Amino acid sequence: MSAPTASPTIHNRTKGSLRPARLRPSDLARLGGYGLRSRPLRAVLSALGIAIGIAAMTAVVGISASSRADLDQELAKLGTNMLTVSPGKTMFGKQATLPDESVAMIKWIGPVQSVTATGVLSDTYAYRNDRIPAAQSGGLSVLAAKLDLLKTVGGTLDHGAWLNAATDRYPAVVLGATAAERLGNVPAVYIGGRWWVVVGVLQKVLLAPELDSAVLMGWPAATTYLGFDGHPTTVYTRSVESQVEAVRAVLAPTANPSAPGAVQVSKPSDALAARRATNATFDALLLGLGAVALLVGGIGVANTMVISVLERRSEIGLRRSQGATKGQVRTQFVAESLLLSLLGGAFGALLGYLVTGMYATTQKWPTVVPLWVLAGGVGATVVIGAIAGLYPAIRAARLAPTEALAAT
Amino acid sequence: MNPLATVVTAPDTLVGHPVIELAGVTKTYPGGVTALRSVDLVVDYGELLAIVGPSGSGKSTMLNLVGTLDRPSQGTVRIDGHDVASLSDRQLSALRARRIGFVFQQFHLAPGRDALGNVADGLLYTGVGKRERERRAEAALVRVGLGDRLTHRPYQLSGGERQRVAIARAVAGDPPLLLADEPTGNLDSVSGAGVMKLLRELNEAGTTILVITHDREIADSLPRQVPMRDGQVI
Ligand SMILES: Nc1ncnc2c1ncn2[C@@H]1O[C@H](COP(=O)(O)OP(=O)(O)O)[C@@H](O)[C@H]1O
Ligand SMILES: [Mg+2]
Repeated sequence: MSAPTASPTIHNRTKGSLRPARLRPSDLARLGGYGLRSRPLRAVLSALGIAIGIAAMTAVVGISASSRADLDQELAKLGTNMLTVSPGKTMFGKQATLPDESVAMIKWIGPVQSVTATGVLSDTYAYRNDRIPAAQSGGLSVLAAKLDLLKTVGGTLDHGAWLNAATDRYPAVVLGATAAERLGNVPAVYIGGRWWVVVGVLQKVLLAPELDSAVLMGWPAATTYLGFDGHPTTVYTRSVESQVEAVRAVLAPTANPSAPGAVQVSKPSDALAARRATNATFDALLLGLGAVALLVGGIGVANTMVISVLERRSEIGLRRSQGATKGQVRTQFVAESLLLSLLGGAFGALLGYLVTGMYATTQKWPTVVPLWVLAGGVGATVVIGAIAGLYPAIRAARLAPTEALAAT
Repeated sequence: MNPLATVVTAPDTLVGHPVIELAGVTKTYPGGVTALRSVDLVVDYGELLAIVGPSGSGKSTMLNLVGTLDRPSQGTVRIDGHDVASLSDRQLSALRARRIGFVFQQFHLAPGRDALGNVADGLLYTGVGKRERERRAEAALVRVGLGDRLTHRPYQLSGGERQRVAIARAVAGDPPLLLADEPTGNLDSVSGAGVMKLLRELNEAGTTILVITHDREIADSLPRQVPMRDGQVI
């Protein structure tokens, strides 16, 4: 019987070297790449789901961030130091008015830099001509305006002129942007049985959107021709930036000491920010869709990897015969899955960036895609790729080398 | 003059020592088929031998055991001095990476990689860098007479050339033991003869080579034959 008689010299010669060599990271990356390059179309299609998911999420966050950046720019230009004061309802539910002297009183508040007001002419309507029935008023309001209104609210003229000390006392009006659209390009409007010359048209006023649908006339003219009672209904103030909150606290009792509870004080820049933020639910919906796309994309990658392992059994057997350990086979397939997923993620991030850029450009916004979104996208794809590739990789590593080699 | 004479993988001190030792090896597959029955076999460094027998006689089963791709149900397998039963899966992988080269009937070449890439990739698990792998791959392809086919893809090569690429891949790492399972099984007689000539040359240069074949003629052309039938050496 030929008993094992290996000489000790031989035994020792290879004994110490029976530790598998480590795969270098560069070789691992290359290994992952070969698998994908051998079936490029399949790689592209299976990465598409992840690309769409990442693109959707990037675009949602990017568009919202761009909108935010635009608002910030706008507010930086307009200022966030404007407060408006308006009468609320009385205890008996009637529309309250502000005392005539409220404008003068507010002026006394130290940090207040400017104060101006408008007064509603109730039951007074503006028409484009004298033949339109009185009931069809078109939802426009008729307001008496102080001369410094435009400056205080940060409004600009689209064309024509703002009221001045002369047109202030004559039947002349300036139209808000929406009012001008509704009335058309008319030289004069018909109010209270009289023609009023249109001397100017405003652009949209971001901080005082109620002026957009208004027909504005001088305080004295309103009193003279339309019997205006002179009660201000909205007071606009600008204060020292650092004192806005302090001013806000004292505005109501100053404007109407006898009934401060009936006075509403608001900060339009906050309202503006809140209005932009109301898109949050829509954003959440899109983000949810993006997450579903990512999930479906991950399943697509897992599916591709399972098929790939089945098809490449003889390759796996060959690698095992060449000395690949189970761990190295596993790592190879995880690397391939990671690469596939990263491919989709990178493409998706690019796509999301482009969509954001296009949308922001049409809105005249700056394009802003926060870095954390891109980093988060890459992170998400790495996690998805690892999870999707793990099961197929474990199956590949468990294949017995002889069985794998027998496959054709 | 033999251009391979300079490549010596089995130092003279090893000649005469066993590289393969099978003692009472039995292999029973899970289905209940006993493919090998109490096989004893000793192969020394430097040998060139044929395992010959009809289809189903257990030749491939024996090659898988010798190649440490599978473990015996009973008996001992010692390869290069190591008792396979005492080695972990990882250690067996390392043993294959450094000490054993395989040649298969179906070539098993990656279709998307050229000859150089296929051969170089065979060294991935030896811990050698890419440059060095490519250098050795080129040397191996020159050795098998394909120095002018380095950038050819498998589909651009004849069957005989493909098997030469596979042989180059198996010997690029200079393993002391080369196992070939029906290496001429998919080739015409001229290509087959060329492959056998190449194996003889590699053996002259020092590599121990075990060839599996069902072809008596091919077996008889080698220095030693081990005939098999029904899982037994006869
Ligand atoms: N993985 C396996 N599972 C079950 N039976 C097998 C397996 N591999 C081979 N056999 C059986 O073992 C016997 C020997 O097969 P094999 O070693 O491939 O013979 P040869 O290579 O000489 O043709 C055959 O009867 C075959 O059916
Ligand atoms: Mg066989």
